[in-house]
Amino acid sequence: MLSTAQSALPISMRGISKRYGSVAVLKDLDIDVAAGEFLTLLGPSGSGKTTLLMILAGFVRANAGSIRIGGDEVITMPPHKRNIGMVFQNYALFPHMNVFQNIGFPLKQRRVSKAETAARVEKALELVQLGGLADRRVDQLSGGQRQRVALARAIVFEPRIVLMDEPLSALDKGLREHMQIELRSLHRRLGMTTVYVTHDQREAITMSDRIAVMNNGRIEQLDQPEALYARPRTKFVAGFIGESNFIPVECRDGTAWYGGQRLQTASATPATGQHWLIARPEKVRLAGNAGAINGANVLAATVRDVVYQGDSFLCYATLTDGQQIALRDYCRSDVLALIPAAGEPIRLQINPDDATIVAADS
Amino acid sequence: MTAQLADTASHIRAEGPNTEALRTDARREAFSFLALCSPGLILVGLIIVLPIGWLFWLSLFDETGAISGANYARFFEQASYVRTFITTFKVAFLVTALCVLIGYPVTYMLSQIPRRVASICMIFVILPFWTSVLVRTYAWLVILQRKGLVNTWLIDLGIIDQPLPLAHNFAGVIIGMTHILLPFLVLPLYASMRSIDSDYLRAGMNLGAGPTATFWQIFFPLSLPGLAAGIVMVFVLCLGFFVTPALMGGGKVIMWAMRMEQTTSLYSNWGAGSALGVVLLAVTLGLLGLFQWLIGARATSVWGGK
Repeated sequence: MLSTAQSALPISMRGISKRYGSVAVLKDLDIDVAAGEFLTLLGPSGSGKTTLLMILAGFVRANAGSIRIGGDEVITMPPHKRNIGMVFQNYALFPHMNVFQNIGFPLKQRRVSKAETAARVEKALELVQLGGLADRRVDQLSGGQRQRVALARAIVFEPRIVLMDEPLSALDKGLREHMQIELRSLHRRLGMTTVYVTHDQREAITMSDRIAVMNNGRIEQLDQPEALYARPRTKFVAGFIGESNFIPVECRDGTAWYGGQRLQTASATPATGQHWLIARPEKVRLAGNAGAINGANVLAATVRDVVYQGDSFLCYATLTDGQQIALRDYCRSDVLALIPAAGEPIRLQINPDDATIVAADS
Repeated sequence: MTAQLADTASHIRAEGPNTEALRTDARREAFSFLALCSPGLILVGLIIVLPIGWLFWLSLFDETGAISGANYARFFEQASYVRTFITTFKVAFLVTALCVLIGYPVTYMLSQIPRRVASICMIFVILPFWTSVLVRTYAWLVILQRKGLVNTWLIDLGIIDQPLPLAHNFAGVIIGMTHILLPFLVLPLYASMRSIDSDYLRAGMNLGAGPTATFWQIFFPLSLPGLAAGIVMVFVLCLGFFVTPALMGGGKVIMWAMRMEQTTSLYSNWGAGSALGVVLLAVTLGLLGLFQWLIGARATSVWGGK
């Protein structure tokens, strides 16, 4: 029981479209989730991520598309037959039932015997570290405990798939970070295919095997967290995940130019046109006066402001043509010695490996 | 004694700075709240406590003006009083049951359709509610009497040969009162059904409960508080109903309120009338207490889950 690793199923979504009146919420989406994978749908509100989850669970009817769970088409299957566990944003624990009855509810619907129900509920409670709370009323639980009960209820019947709709958004920061790690290790242990929805990019990066960044009903990029962070494919992805500097560049003959300066990038550079060069603040470094090192790009700038943040500092600078750029570094003593003051001229260094070029229109 | 006071005073002083000033401030605040409440309290005293007290007082005197328990003894001596009492509760239970049977499905429908459509449909519930009870009762009389709409149609259609006895009897009273009291069940029930988060129902279905199971195991228990409020409202209003049974009953259905009217205006026996009022009030309060206790126990088992 509760070892779904062998029975985890892949999900294959093809051509999912949904419109409300004239507003297209989802535009012809294709997503594949591998068996046992933890996939996160990440996007701002209104990007369609929750709608997609609702379609997966069967609460919202798509206008077109196919959803196959382990080969079975489920797009027209009613929600109670889909055998999908779901953790709701507000947990949706039944207020007229105690913890035991809540977790036992899916087993009762499946006509599991009383003795087995008791055993499985107890095991599920231990799994989420709530042993001994079976008799509690829902309103006697703290936010974190409710979250765990909701989780136990969603996995106690060994569903084929587990869906989570921003399950940690109601918790305070410390507990949220703790639960992220716990959910992650629970997923590793049980190995169930999980689709997780969040608007918190940090949470997505912490927990996911892969992340689908959604915007305006489309998938901007579906990749592993490291790839998403290091090589964003669009300006939206770069802006949504982590902090970014955007420097307008012009491409000519496969080379990027900023002002009159030729920029080196490790990634492929488009042949022509106006584009953005993306550099993360922590990848931008203060260059000494010794000149470019290892072929790095060096840009001249003037310091506008330096913000001390304890573990690190942020330096806001202005490039020669007025373009704003930010630099972040940790407060190590060698770096601290170099921190410039506002108004000082500095030289910024960006390694070709840390510079990505994305199209201007996105 | 004085020493003790001094001791307390020093104890207070030991609590910290400004203890006395803060205490005075709290007292002043409590007093000003009382002052703000007093118009309401005086009004309640004048229009509720005083008349009920007076009613109770009157019921203790017989026709000659002497203090006696004759007014109360009559309930046990005269069979007609007992009959009226039984009729009243029979009507109240029947009307309440009918209101639940008709009102629950209607309200469920209203709570599931989009809000804008529901508010239009709600007009059909509320509009009659704003019309005079007298007008509606006469309308029912026109519809249900021997040569009324219903009977004429049924005879013309050949469904029945003889007109059905729908008015001037028990059936007429039940029909009229159910119609008039239905909104009192629908309105509180609607509010409570609307407040049930649809995520509970989604969770139920997600966890494997079909539509029927989701309704009975989740929606219905969650709607019980609203249903209880509606039931209490309808039942209590039934017990004191006058106009509809008087007009629709054809003199055959005597309810408690009609008895009171007879006793006071026909026989001018204020003591007996007051006693009727006191008994009705006491029985109603007793039943409400019982209901509260039952629902309360049920609510703890339903809501408390233990």
